[in-house]
Amino acid sequence: MIELEKVAMSYGGGELLGDISLTLSPGSFHFLTGPSGAGKTTFLKLCYGALTPTAGDVRLFGTDLRAMSRDDVAMARRRIGVVHQDVQFLDHLPVADNVALPLTVSGHDRLQETENLTELLNWVGLSKRADALPAELSGGERQRAALARAVIMSPEVILADEPTGNIDWEMSQRLLQLLVELNRMGKTIMIATHDMNLIRAAKSQVQARVLRISQRRLQAAGVDL
Amino acid sequence: MKPDFNRIAAYLVGDQQADRMVPPTGFTARLTLFAAGAMAFLTVFALALSLATGRLADRWSDELARASTLRISAPMDQRAAQTEAALRLLQTTPGVASARALDEAEQRALLEPWFGPDLPLETLPIPQLIEVIESPEGFDAAGLRLRLAAEVPGAVLDDHTRWRRPLVSAADRLRLLGWVSIALIGATTAAMITMAAQAALAANAQVIAVLRLVGARDVYIAGAFVRRFTLRSLIGSAIGTVLGMIAVLLLPSAQAEAGFLTGLGFQGWHWIWPLVIPPLGGAVAFAATRHAAHRTLRELT
Repeated sequence: MIELEKVAMSYGGGELLGDISLTLSPGSFHFLTGPSGAGKTTFLKLCYGALTPTAGDVRLFGTDLRAMSRDDVAMARRRIGVVHQDVQFLDHLPVADNVALPLTVSGHDRLQETENLTELLNWVGLSKRADALPAELSGGERQRAALARAVIMSPEVILADEPTGNIDWEMSQRLLQLLVELNRMGKTIMIATHDMNLIRAAKSQVQARVLRISQRRLQAAGVDL
Repeated sequence: MKPDFNRIAAYLVGDQQADRMVPPTGFTARLTLFAAGAMAFLTVFALALSLATGRLADRWSDELARASTLRISAPMDQRAAQTEAALRLLQTTPGVASARALDEAEQRALLEPWFGPDLPLETLPIPQLIEVIESPEGFDAAGLRLRLAAEVPGAVLDDHTRWRRPLVSAADRLRLLGWVSIALIGATTAAMITMAAQAALAANAQVIAVLRLVGARDVYIAGAFVRRFTLRSLIGSAIGTVLGMIAVLLLPSAQAEAGFLTGLGFQGWHWIWPLVIPPLGGAVAFAATRHAAHRTLRELT
């Protein structure tokens, strides 16, 4: 679904990531760890085409990123749900509209999807907060809203960048639960986190592979966890 | 290509959901409205100027070209005879549709603006004027002058070209200036809308980034801005045009004495022309915003 081949990424002369090869296959569950600033967010951005690698190839759903037009990238993003680290909402619109944003921008009729939206908000436990503005939500509620927005298009891949970054353990587990459920429905999941407890909690429920970014390289971590 | 009015209408009515994506901005909206309105107002006047001078140039080159004047400056006792002879001669000249000696009252009316109403015309050696109207083919002025010199020694033919030409070229130049003004106003409108759009795009960089991240295509994102600015500019231009037309309507109309200068306003079907301004203003805003939006978007991933 998403393939990286000998990918390198440099910012202003310094290389942040190098020689990274990875294939995300359907239904897989990956964790991505590494110290802060190691390039986890950059790695995820490469995976959804927000960055073009300085070397190597990225293929989204079989197409080379470099050969994709801006519209092609937009279309690919409708098949990839992204939970951003800094959630990224439209602050002047209520939660329900923000969650439905991917539907709106892809020309779906909101009215036909009302039931879907209600169900989804229920699932992430935000049905009572549907009319609140993003600024009025707590950290955990924002993360769950971000997850709801990432999955509303029923994407094939879900990339989550520190989804439990600023929420408590109980909420983290609930969020993980949602992601595990999605994985059981056949979605490909990739979670960037440095929360080892979260990874351990997941390992008891799904077969998750753990990747670590260390010294600009991507390595399989795993057994020692 | 036939414009698809349904699509244009649907575009202007717009997708309310798409419009909500970009937070409303009262202040720039009012500025855009004002700028478009002011520019439309000015365009109405430039248009009125162009059309009026165009009319003037046409009239001068047309009417005056069709008419010539024959002046009989003979001693009083021979004047009537020479006038007779000249009229006879003109009747047999090919290309002359009609020739008519002006009567005393008409000659007095011509002199009145310069000498006042109570001019004792009879006592002055005023030359007799003959108005010659050409047929569409026109006559051979040089040939006519030769014949006149032989038969009516006191006659001088004035075919007006001498003073008509500079006036017509002045009017033409003025008309050109009017059109150049309209072009400049259009370009200024485009520049102002572009700046306003760019300010709006910069202020909403975050919104644009979010839309792009959730899979919005450039057309969709640009559309939300383009529609907004097109509508504002359309409304502003419409208001400005109406005010401009009212102002032109209230201009003092040309009096009979000044008929030579023609009124500055619009005449007849020319009133249609200013109605073109609002759609044109909308089109300019559409193109300007679209260009600005796509340029901004290209810089995003």
